[in-house]
Amino acid sequence: MKLGLARVGLLVVLLLAWQTLTASGLLSPFFFGRPLLVAQALIDWFASGVIFRHLGVTLLETLLAFVLGTVSGVAAGVSLALSPMVAALLDPYIKALNAMPRVVLAPIFATWFGLGIASKVALGITLVFFIVFFNVYQGVKDVNPLLLANARMLGASRHQLLRHVYWPAAMSWVFSSLHAAVGMAFVGAVVGEYLGSAQGVGYLILQAEGAFDINTVLAGMVVLTVCALVLDTLVTRVEHRLLKWRPSHTEVAAR
Amino acid sequence: MSAIVWEGVEVSYASGAYCAVRGLNLAVAPGEFLCVVGPTGCGKSTILNVAAGLLAPTAGIVRVQGAPLVGLNPHAGYLFQADVLFPWRTACDNVAAGLQFRGESRHSARATATQWLRRVGLHGAGDRYPHQLSGGMKKRVALAQVLALNPAMLLMDEPFSALDVQTRSLMETELLALWSAARKSVVFITHDLEEAIALGDRVVVLSAGPASHTIGDFLIDLPRPREVAEARLTPRFIEIQREIWSLLRAEVQKSQALLREQAG
Repeated sequence: MKLGLARVGLLVVLLLAWQTLTASGLLSPFFFGRPLLVAQALIDWFASGVIFRHLGVTLLETLLAFVLGTVSGVAAGVSLALSPMVAALLDPYIKALNAMPRVVLAPIFATWFGLGIASKVALGITLVFFIVFFNVYQGVKDVNPLLLANARMLGASRHQLLRHVYWPAAMSWVFSSLHAAVGMAFVGAVVGEYLGSAQGVGYLILQAEGAFDINTVLAGMVVLTVCALVLDTLVTRVEHRLLKWRPSHTEVAAR
Repeated sequence: MSAIVWEGVEVSYASGAYCAVRGLNLAVAPGEFLCVVGPTGCGKSTILNVAAGLLAPTAGIVRVQGAPLVGLNPHAGYLFQADVLFPWRTACDNVAAGLQFRGESRHSARATATQWLRRVGLHGAGDRYPHQLSGGMKKRVALAQVLALNPAMLLMDEPFSALDVQTRSLMETELLALWSAARKSVVFITHDLEEAIALGDRVVVLSAGPASHTIGDFLIDLPRPREVAEARLTPRFIEIQREIWSLLRAEVQKSQALLREQAG
């Protein structure tokens, strides 16, 4: 409770300092904006409802990139982990693709898929895919061989091993990469919009930047940050529900 | 007809570079509790894996109930030394796993599993996940998981070695009680001679590796039912222990010397 108050207090102090410094002219309002004007921009967006359409587009792109990237990452991760020959063949290419800063794919996707949501989703998928893929690949490869031997001695067929050992093992890795995956899907959407689009929060920021309207740029950042926090909280909830078989950090520490 | 027979079994690893077991001849009678002792690294687990069908012998054959073993041994339940419970399944679902693999519905498998949990003293712990169980409780779940399938033979690889002394002696006594109720053939691997004598009808001593083989075979004539902690204090127990140890000691020393050589 006290900590909460202190945290709010810290925010108020920072905002007041910002307001005072920009009002007194020590910091240029042109470069640093002014908190009250940022708040005004936010209120305008929500009062007029303009923001909802753009936010909806950004979240839709995030969701699509997340779902498609995760599904393809799981599929590729499980199949490569179970076929070491193919994995060995593809290994250097996968490493190269992963090493490439994939944001540079944005212009290519824009030419291929246009300026609509498809190009943003494509960028998000490439970001999400590799996180999930590597986690699942490693997770399935590192399944305890004794756990497999035990399952086989208990009578599991190859299909049952896949369903009752490999799959849950892979899923636990998917969930542990969920935070990063959701974050990356969001980054893909916003960066894609920022590099060329007709709608979305990234587009709003781009527009405001073009007009040197720093307050609106900052308002866009606030909206994105709040959204990212909300998404992260949702992921934590889902994780707790689905991974209840895992020891929590506090339980491990207690031992 | 013997439950399991090893006939001239040889196992080599790394394409023949290291021979773990050579010329092993051993038989387990139906309903017999056979304990195998030997120094660390002598290939005790290897002979168990061969009997389970997890490992194919380089030479020789394994017969299970008279027939040569091909693939996994379907009559055997295997209790591993390490914790191999499914971490994402509750205790009850862990015990039910084998039954489900064999085609039983989840509902009926869980009903059987609940009975088995009660039998191993874990009544009411069925909804807990493995990470919420102590080491001894996990071993009980693992035991129930194997016994729920009613295997004709049990292969046990130092199953209690990770437990503290009190829990261990408790588990040993309970194992004997469960065993005497169903009289399955048991092959129990251990490096602990006292445990072997306390549990077994027979104790077989393996030589130090490489190319390990049996060098001693002792009938344990201690009366049953046995209470493990008490049996250890009887004069006959100490007599048997002295007899086997005189043979085992030389092998342990050989194995220690070998380990030192490798380390140096």
